[in-house]
Amino acid sequence: MTDTAALDKPESQLAAVWRQFRQHKGAVFGLCVLGLLVAFVLLGPYLWQAEELKVSEALKVKNKPPSLRFPLGTDQLGRDMLDRMMSAGQVSLAVGFVAMLIAIFFGTFIGVMAGYFKRLDGPLMRLTDMFLALPLIPLLLVMVMLFRDRLAKVVGPEMGAFLLIVFAIGATSWMHAARIVRGEVLALKEREYVLAARSIGAPPRRIILRHILPNVVSPVMVAATLGIAEAIITESVLSFLGLGFPPDFPTWGRLLHDGLSYMQLYPERVIWPGLAISLTVLSVNYIGDGLRDALDPKARGR
Amino acid sequence: MKLKTALLGAACAFAFAPAAFAERGADGHVNVLYWQAPSTLNPYLSSGTKDVETSSLVLEGLAGFNEKGEVIARLAESVPTVENGGVAADLTSITWKLQPGLLWSDGTPVTSADAKFTWEYCTHPEGGCAQAARYEGVTAVETPDELTIVVKFAAPKPNPYMAFVGGTSPLLQAAQFANCLGAAASTCTDQNFMPIGTGPFVVKEFKTNDTVSLEANPNYRDPAKPAFATMTVKGGGDAEAAARAVMETGEFDYAWNTQINPELQAAMAGGGKGVFLNGFGTLVERIEMNMTDPSADLAEGERSTTKHPHPILSDIKVRTALSMAIDRQVLVDVGYGAAGRPTCNLVPAPEMFADTTNTGCLTQDIEGAKALLEEAGWVAGADGIREKDGKKLHLLYQTSTNPVRQDFQALVKGWWEEIGVSVELKNIDASVFFGGDAGSPDTFQKFYADVEMYANNFDGTDPEPYLAQYMCDKIPGPENQWQGENINRFCDPAYDALVKEMSATADLAKRSELAKTMNGMLTRDTMTVVPLVDRGRLSAASVTLGGVVLNTWDTELWNAQDWFRVK
Amino acid sequence: MLTYTLRRLLLAIPTLLLISLVIFLLVDLAPGSPASEIPLTVPPEVREKILEALGVNEPLHVRYLLWLKQFFWIEPLNGIDALFGTGFAEGMQRIISYQTRSPVFPLIAERLPQTLTVIGTAYLVGVMIALPIGIYSAYRQYSLFDQFGTMFAMIGFSVPTFFTGTVFIIVFGVWLGWFPTKYDTTLEVTDWASFLRQLRQMAMPVMVLGLANAAAISRYMRSSMLENMKQDYVRTARAKGMSERTVVLKHVLRNSLIPVVTIIALGIPSIFGGAIITENLFGVNGIGAALIGAIRGNDLPMVQTLAFIFAILIVSFNLIADVLYGLLDPRIRYD
Repeated sequence: MTDTAALDKPESQLAAVWRQFRQHKGAVFGLCVLGLLVAFVLLGPYLWQAEELKVSEALKVKNKPPSLRFPLGTDQLGRDMLDRMMSAGQVSLAVGFVAMLIAIFFGTFIGVMAGYFKRLDGPLMRLTDMFLALPLIPLLLVMVMLFRDRLAKVVGPEMGAFLLIVFAIGATSWMHAARIVRGEVLALKEREYVLAARSIGAPPRRIILRHILPNVVSPVMVAATLGIAEAIITESVLSFLGLGFPPDFPTWGRLLHDGLSYMQLYPERVIWPGLAISLTVLSVNYIGDGLRDALDPKARGR
Repeated sequence: MKLKTALLGAACAFAFAPAAFAERGADGHVNVLYWQAPSTLNPYLSSGTKDVETSSLVLEGLAGFNEKGEVIARLAESVPTVENGGVAADLTSITWKLQPGLLWSDGTPVTSADAKFTWEYCTHPEGGCAQAARYEGVTAVETPDELTIVVKFAAPKPNPYMAFVGGTSPLLQAAQFANCLGAAASTCTDQNFMPIGTGPFVVKEFKTNDTVSLEANPNYRDPAKPAFATMTVKGGGDAEAAARAVMETGEFDYAWNTQINPELQAAMAGGGKGVFLNGFGTLVERIEMNMTDPSADLAEGERSTTKHPHPILSDIKVRTALSMAIDRQVLVDVGYGAAGRPTCNLVPAPEMFADTTNTGCLTQDIEGAKALLEEAGWVAGADGIREKDGKKLHLLYQTSTNPVRQDFQALVKGWWEEIGVSVELKNIDASVFFGGDAGSPDTFQKFYADVEMYANNFDGTDPEPYLAQYMCDKIPGPENQWQGENINRFCDPAYDALVKEMSATADLAKRSELAKTMNGMLTRDTMTVVPLVDRGRLSAASVTLGGVVLNTWDTELWNAQDWFRVK
Repeated sequence: MLTYTLRRLLLAIPTLLLISLVIFLLVDLAPGSPASEIPLTVPPEVREKILEALGVNEPLHVRYLLWLKQFFWIEPLNGIDALFGTGFAEGMQRIISYQTRSPVFPLIAERLPQTLTVIGTAYLVGVMIALPIGIYSAYRQYSLFDQFGTMFAMIGFSVPTFFTGTVFIIVFGVWLGWFPTKYDTTLEVTDWASFLRQLRQMAMPVMVLGLANAAAISRYMRSSMLENMKQDYVRTARAKGMSERTVVLKHVLRNSLIPVVTIIALGIPSIFGGAIITENLFGVNGIGAALIGAIRGNDLPMVQTLAFIFAILIVSFNLIADVLYGLLDPRIRYD
């Protein structure tokens, strides 16, 4: 029955990957958690609207523990933590994913180029060395000074800050991925199947896309998982230094940072953002695990 | 009556007991925490509080200030005044007499030549002396004999207690620093890190920005002091970690500048291991109004210059309304607790210069603020934001990065939105904001925003130079690389005239009156400067450390020689 | 291999020169000036004088060339003088820090011991924890151990050190009172008691950093092991009747080390770089604390010198990693 179906309509590669992915319990769980988190930050604000309080009214309810009126409690200025967690999540998730994608794209591209083409190896790796060596904070300060006002003029201050932060984090965190990918590619390109592909005259583009890239997925996935956490935390450091979003713009990293000095008295202030960041990273990790298995043709066969 | 006298006597005896029976070095070791650790122990090369305060354990001036802001003699026999003839009647010179028999910690005598050398050291044109302002107007330092120092001024000096007074201008030993004049200052690492002084302690080891190890000065002038044989001044961490190390773990006996949020203050103080000490000086957290237009549409070099007055804030009604909408007591409760109090004054102290009648801003008046804005022609638009002639009442509010300031920004934004003002917030890293780099758009001097918030104070007890900052010719602009001190771009010829008058007035009562008038002009009358909080110093001391008196007019370690271990 | 190494070494010189120029320009271009350290009470005229005495106002190229000369010529001479008691560098101007107005190199030397001890130990601890966890997790993929390992690694990675550090201080320093919260840099280990004190004061920073390091390295180790476990040669080895031990620890492990070596090699320069937040939090006051202090105070010579020393370390360790690739996988050829 199944045999004939498979013969009639050969399964597309994408469907095969999805089928394999679904079998990975951890990955499905990760996908669900991530979906819930995304729903929480995107749809949550429609379901839960914080009360509009005047400053004097808000101060009367400051530092409240979780209750029906404030499901996650309030902060030192009487602001609703649930509301803040939701809007913070929008920014943090967006920054985390986009910055990670930028870093992974650059890292993989440069790593593959350097590993595969010997002529490019020297210059590209020296470039990587240089980026690794640059002191991060002055680099960011210079970027902010040069581009913030210009970007803000074109796309508005908030979008400007977003683009700047995402680009700044991406541009300063691709180096690890590049080094790792290059190391892998150096080994991969001497493998028999690559040699075989080359000997039948396959163009480099084809060899890279079909034979090399699928085999570097696994370190790239790890780098991506770690990259999201790093991007979310780095964003909080940037905002803390005044290089990121305006101060009335909460992000998970910033909520965690601000909650730190209230931790002893009101532990929930750090638990919520800490939990959110950890859950995001954990779920991305499991999705990564599942994807790697699903993309691996050998694992798929089993 | 008799009983009362007897009780008083007993109380006095008890109070003085530790001092009376103390012996130098009897109390062992004391641990002090300066979370920003000293970079050098030569206060003439760095004006940072951390450096000046730590060096005051070793180096001393002829006189200093006590916790009330009064001048007290240190190396001098007594404080010279006009009455005792020490200060010339025309205020052009002051004559100090050194205590006889004073020794440097290396055993050589302290002489007037050391004072003369110190003056030469700090006024050397290539030295870049950080405390040059203390010696401003000094034309000569004469040494008629080994113990007499005569400081001559170019013009009458109503406040002659500048040179050699306080932790910021101590005496250096001429013999030690002889080869360190001018550009050679930075080749004298050993001297700068381990100066020879007259203070209660001597440097044993100096680890830059980390740890200073000190031991009791064997030649200190009071043979019974200090009670501690050794002291460590350690750096690192932040205010919260510092407070914790004294108040919760008890690892340290004293921690400097433990400014933490009021709730944590209360929780830590409840632990009973230590106490928070607070004292008020002249530091005022304020909002500065920009009197010129910071609009980004103007050409570079014209933004925030006197060429264009501010389109919104030039109207005093708007400025007043903005001030009225703020509840200063709430700011104190949220941000500073015991270390702050609401104020309407730019000069909150000393008592003589503080205008106690200027309290109008202390009560918040949201309705009044709304009415004032209506009166000024700003009427509520569809979205609740006021507009006038099609222009929205929108302000950019910037400050440096600091958790308390960000809380203040959020609160003030809330109040201003209640009266129909839309507010955009911006925070800037302190090293950029206060860096004064003419190439950066984000310095507080450039003021590319409508309002900005920071704190400022003045050195010592005389507000004259501080008030003189608001003269018309001190406005920052491209022509002076944005280095002026008149941040608001306030300009009033009548004010300039008062500053001139004050600089020529010696009579203290008259000076006080002038200072109060000028203070009123900047705050109550024009709302150019909107003071928010009078910020005190908050430090933590262990309950086992005795003799600590927090002093905001000199260094906090001013009486370390009197510290002892409570047993 | 040898010619490759030599060629890379020679190439390193222009690379480093270029990096030094970029670092110098970058640090100089950054907004902010050493004036931010001067209190507002100091009048502008005095401020100007202070900056002038620091040499801030010299043109950029003059400062850069002077710095190059100082770094490559005067400072090494000073090093020789210090070692052999000679007087080659007498009267030559060394690299002077703006903050302390004293030469930069002795300051760095003063801070190196505590950084190497604390951060080095933490790194070692991290690697020692991470490798077994990574290997075993991969070998028993999706076992309970693996799940816990994953959890541990992800939490270790997603909570920043400023958070774990503060939690540790509150739990182990304040509540339990086991460890001191401030590191005493003047402590000298001379006997058993002082050694114990040293261990106790190192405990918290080492735990905080070790956790963060272990988290990242164990993930790379695990994923790389997993990748190799599926290779044909493993099946062949098993089929030949080799013991599981030999298969996993000899064949799979060796082939899985390439990405791990990269990560470890990239991490070693950061040992010298110290850990900015952790060092500051516990008062370890090593190189990391020096760097952040210098950046905050715009102490340009200090930042430039430290950044350049990192650059040298990074370039060298990446070279070492490249040589190691060749040793681990003989198929990799550079020539």
